[in-house]
Amino acid sequence: MSNPTIPDRTHAAFDAAAHAASRARRRAAILRALPFLLPNLLGFLLFTFIPVLACFGLSLTDYRLAPIASLADLRQQITFVGLNNFVRLLGFTREAGGLSANDPEFWRYLGNTLFLMLGIPLSIAGSLLLALLLNQRLRGITIFRTIYFLPTVSSAVAVCIVWKWIFHQQPNEIGLLNSALMTLGLAHPPDWLGTMQWAKPAFIIMVLWLGIGGYNCVLYLAGLQGIPQELYEAADLDGAGSWTRLRHITWPLLSPTTFFVTTMSIIAGLQGSFLFTAAFLMTAGGPAGSTTTLMLYIYNYAIAWHQLGYASAVAAVLFLLVFTFTLINWKYGQRLVHYT
Amino acid sequence: MTGPSQTTRRRLLNLASYVLLSAVGLTMLVPFAWMISTSLKAPAYAVEFPPRWIPSEPATVTIDGLECKVATVGATFLSRPVGEASPPRPLRVAILRYSPEGALVRVLEPTARVARPPAATAVAPGDLAAGEELTVPEADLTLVRETKVHWENYAEAWRAQGVRVREAFFGLAHQVDGFLVFYTNSILVTICITLGTVFTSSLAAFAFARLRFPGRDAIFLGYLATLMVPAIVIMLPVYALLSNLRLTNTYAALILPPMFSAYGTFLLRQFFLTIPTELEDAAVIDGASPFQVYRHIILPLSKPALATLTTFVFLHSWNDFLWPLMVVDRLALKTLPIGLAHFQDSYTTDYQLLMAASVIVMIPVLIVFLIGQRYFVRGIALSGMKG
Repeated sequence: MSNPTIPDRTHAAFDAAAHAASRARRRAAILRALPFLLPNLLGFLLFTFIPVLACFGLSLTDYRLAPIASLADLRQQITFVGLNNFVRLLGFTREAGGLSANDPEFWRYLGNTLFLMLGIPLSIAGSLLLALLLNQRLRGITIFRTIYFLPTVSSAVAVCIVWKWIFHQQPNEIGLLNSALMTLGLAHPPDWLGTMQWAKPAFIIMVLWLGIGGYNCVLYLAGLQGIPQELYEAADLDGAGSWTRLRHITWPLLSPTTFFVTTMSIIAGLQGSFLFTAAFLMTAGGPAGSTTTLMLYIYNYAIAWHQLGYASAVAAVLFLLVFTFTLINWKYGQRLVHYT
Repeated sequence: MTGPSQTTRRRLLNLASYVLLSAVGLTMLVPFAWMISTSLKAPAYAVEFPPRWIPSEPATVTIDGLECKVATVGATFLSRPVGEASPPRPLRVAILRYSPEGALVRVLEPTARVARPPAATAVAPGDLAAGEELTVPEADLTLVRETKVHWENYAEAWRAQGVRVREAFFGLAHQVDGFLVFYTNSILVTICITLGTVFTSSLAAFAFARLRFPGRDAIFLGYLATLMVPAIVIMLPVYALLSNLRLTNTYAALILPPMFSAYGTFLLRQFFLTIPTELEDAAVIDGASPFQVYRHIILPLSKPALATLTTFVFLHSWNDFLWPLMVVDRLALKTLPIGLAHFQDSYTTDYQLLMAASVIVMIPVLIVFLIGQRYFVRGIALSGMKG
């Protein structure tokens, strides 16, 4: 059968003992780790991990938040509706005139969110340019770096309030930007925050101002400082001009940074937490919904209209967007990156 | 030959860089400067076209108990003094009242002569004495402006009725200035979140980086998985939970949920992994407990990472808008960002107060940034490398 020299029983006992010892070791290891792990893990489970699962759970219900007296009330408020929310959110219905979305607002606000992300490539290009300028050995360069980063650390609410004031346009009250435009000879400058076609460009201007010297610029600067100087010296010996050096050394060696910066910007853009603040404080999502992003849509459903089930479904779709993007990005985007 | 021309080229390039950097820098500063400028203006002169950067307003003098605007009378109205080629110095007058013919003014400084004496007054051509009154067509009057800075806007914003808290606040009198409340709340909430995050996530990061226990990697994977999840996904169920437990409008709701994001644990764990183990091996052989290793070896060696996390968490929670907005609507619990938003609702058109309030909110975080900027900038680079 098994080992002929050792009786079966002894073998089993040995196994059991080893097993018990390893169980004791495991328990000791867990006990030793728990005091370190527990304070954070409990909070993480309660306030981060379980909520993620709960959000997906809620997205399958028609939960409407209302005051409750007991758990039974809560059970009554929550009805499982399967994928109904998603059908309403993403589905189309055939009508006389053709297909029409069940929730046209969702598609519109998704469009707004994507439109507002058009500022991202501009912002990244600007950050790169600034980083190239800042990477020179010039006197007083740190002052510029500090100034460029100021908008990023400033309170978003204060920033939005002052920009609302800058974009201001009322009869007899002309804001700073339009005053400047009028001085430059533009007789009828746009009503930035009051018209559907100008509200989004106004937001993009604001986001550019906010982002150009922010995180992306600092990351590019770090990337630039990581490029070995010898490469440039070698290129100099070969008689390469500054454009050639930029094109064939700097740009390829910065591609990991570009990849990271683009990824993070798009993820942040989809969530648009600054644009939420801006829309909330400056336009209330208007005019006529033209600055409402998915985040504001979720907020309205959840907080203003108490429809947590539907809000969770929109949030889940937002998550899926971010997730899909990240996945595609990792699978295909990596190919564009040049690693040394 | 090549030497000097290269130096010149270098200088020109540097100059161009400076010009570009300054142009961008100015653009960055314009909103801040405009904020400060507006915050120091008088209510009636906060909106003007063309806008003025230096707060100024029409100068006034008090005549017979009435505030009268000061103006100068234009040169067309005045004659040249006899025998002098230069145009007359403008005549400073106080505007007493307006009439259909023009404005009745009183001469403040006698410096010129009247070329065409208005019919309404009996002033003949000749020198005008101080105190004389005459009527001048409005077109010939230019209001005199003087720089005037209204620091009191800050006090007014701080004490504004619209944000005054009318309930007991930490045992203070029953009416407390809004911004005092918002400041107290922001400081309290930010300090608690920052300390809580740094403390608990450094402990957990130590467990993940240095201890072996069953399920360690699986649990850490759980942390990692939530890094990509949009914050709103997490906020909705937590908001529902707090609502059902009637815990909205509490400090706990403001402080606890933001304290446990995976980010802090992730950042510190990555940093702890880069610390060589030799030091602690020696300590463990000498009988040091895991906690002693954490306290006396890992923490002191991780100061940059801890400082980075502290700055990040501090800035983020100080400026956080969405979460406090969701869980707090009682004025006495509002933090600065949502307090300022509330202020904006109440004083939509009092631009000078709005701007003063914005400056009040912005100042401390700018100070913290200027002090901690080294750590902050390094921290971004650190977190970027990992990606």
